[in-house]
Amino acid sequence: MSSTTNEPILSVQDLAVTFDVRPEGAWPWTKPLKLSAVGGVSFDLKPGECLGVVGESGSGKSTLARAIVGTVPSSGGRIVFEGKDLAAMDVRQRRGHRKDVQMIFQDPLAALNPRMPVGDIIAEPLVTHYPNTPRAEVKARVAELMDRVGLLPNLINRYPHEFSGGQCQRIGIARALILRPKLLICDEPVSALDVSVQAQVVNLLAELRRDMGLSMIFIAHDLSVVKHISDRIVVMYLGRFMESAAARKLCTRPEHPYTQALISSVPIPDPVKERARKRPVLEGELPSPLRPPSGCVFRTRCPKAQESCVRHLPAISDLGDGHLVACPFHAPAEVLAPA
Amino acid sequence: MALLEIENLTVTFQTGDGPVNAVNGVSLGIDTQETLAIVGESGSGKSQTAFAAMGLLAQNGVATGKVRFDGKNLLELPQAALNKVRSQEIAMIFQDPMTSLNPYMRISDQMAEVLTLHKGISKRAAVAEAVKILDAVRIPDAKARITMYPHEFSGGMRQRIMIAMALLCRPRLLIADEPTTALDVTVQAQIMQLLGEIRREFGTAIILITHDLGIVADFCDRTLVMYGGQIMEEGATTDVFASPSHPYTLGLLKAVPRLDRDDDILQTIAGEPPDMSRLPKGCPFTPRCTFRQDSCDDIRPALTDFDGTRRRACHVPTQEVA
Repeated sequence: MSSTTNEPILSVQDLAVTFDVRPEGAWPWTKPLKLSAVGGVSFDLKPGECLGVVGESGSGKSTLARAIVGTVPSSGGRIVFEGKDLAAMDVRQRRGHRKDVQMIFQDPLAALNPRMPVGDIIAEPLVTHYPNTPRAEVKARVAELMDRVGLLPNLINRYPHEFSGGQCQRIGIARALILRPKLLICDEPVSALDVSVQAQVVNLLAELRRDMGLSMIFIAHDLSVVKHISDRIVVMYLGRFMESAAARKLCTRPEHPYTQALISSVPIPDPVKERARKRPVLEGELPSPLRPPSGCVFRTRCPKAQESCVRHLPAISDLGDGHLVACPFHAPAEVLAPA
Repeated sequence: MALLEIENLTVTFQTGDGPVNAVNGVSLGIDTQETLAIVGESGSGKSQTAFAAMGLLAQNGVATGKVRFDGKNLLELPQAALNKVRSQEIAMIFQDPMTSLNPYMRISDQMAEVLTLHKGISKRAAVAEAVKILDAVRIPDAKARITMYPHEFSGGMRQRIMIAMALLCRPRLLIADEPTTALDVTVQAQIMQLLGEIRREFGTAIILITHDLGIVADFCDRTLVMYGGQIMEEGATTDVFASPSHPYTLGLLKAVPRLDRDDDILQTIAGEPPDMSRLPKGCPFTPRCTFRQDSCDDIRPALTDFDGTRRRACHVPTQEVA
């Protein structure tokens, strides 16, 4: 991990993203409802660091990624990338920064144009951002990247449907890296892949990150994968920040009741350990983001909820070492059976 | 005696690229009140094994072999008799609860239909029974919500409704095909807890088809690992996880990142799952296997008993797989 004196490459401050939604059956002239997909989320990413973002569906983790890349507009807060606030820029200014921040997606096949051969798909960002690049150089860069991500060079003229899921994800990674980005955002990059192939892609990403000095934001719902690849993890719930800490610390001694519930829900593939574990199962379901609970959004399912949680937004406590937790009643708990 | 016994099941699909053997000679059995996991990756034939047993194969699929339930071979049963078994003895739940429920029908109508059709009771009694079962799977306020449509429920609730529907006729065997794959982990934990209660309360035997080794470890008595349409190994879950006897199982267990461990790199299984229309002549795992021997290419290893309670299909001696 990088030393703490480093300036963060990315600093997200109090980020908010709201969508206008029109309820089903509403009149066209009625005012749309505000859906707060992300609210009050802050974190820093140091150069070369990998930050994991976990949360269940509806937690706002993908919206967060899209706001950083700039495919959805933020409605509040700052996204400071290398000292400049991306959120305050207009489209034209922001375009200049797109090549520094690239993204890979969950469904590897859907993310590739089915009518383009793989070579063109990988070259496209380069040709778009640097239209004057000589053809030979483009070709060389594509070949180099295909080799780097483990694709045979003779596949260059094939079309996406001829590849397996794992290979498609490698193509997506090559396309994201051809511009030599500083920050790579991975949105559920392995959740559509089989276990045996998932490990290959996770290892590839870890290797690329090390070799190319990439900073990474790794978003996934699978906590085991996130823990494996990340230095630090941020936990989100219903668009709000819950807890962040070093990956190992967060998984072994989480402080927030939600993190504790999340970790205890993750099954461990070991019958002896798994059957010996105490598993408090979280009751209830995610509330509607259109009508989020007042105060702490987790309070409706929280085993520790009190009167005050209804009225006040939870203050964020700093436990040192970058361990932040948004719960006044936080307490460490061992949720994994001792190894 | 085994509740369900599958003997030498083969499933072949006729496709534009020629015949595809999705399942090749699978034999397995499940006892009453037992839980059996069928583990495998996409294309391993785990779902098609269950579909074939239930007579649910796609139009272009043909199943051969024997599927014995209560002494009857389900593959040869006439449609009406098969429907009776499928409705009252064996039930199945699927991965995506939205596509398994009829979006145009109220939950009450869908659930009552099962009972009026199969048990011949009145609609009113059927709805009352449905409410009872929905209560049992802990749908809050079931009595009021039973008149709602599927889209008005969340994914976890829909899966509960599917489970409730499957339980309406008190089946002796429940086949759950990836029941939690589309759900969040905290909801997955709720559903698995519910399935555990059903097993205890109703004594239902459960076949859990999944790719998730974690839920298998917690839930299943016995585990069966499939690859390329064949069984690689089978045994008590604790044995299979503690001492995997097949290179594929071993590789799979090492490839999963674990919350309780700090590995620097994951051990991977090189290569990709096989193309089912061009399976190798010998063991389907040979091209990816690190223990490969010459005989593996040509001779398909037979599934043989060892250690009394376990079975494996591999030419490499057990003690060398580690």
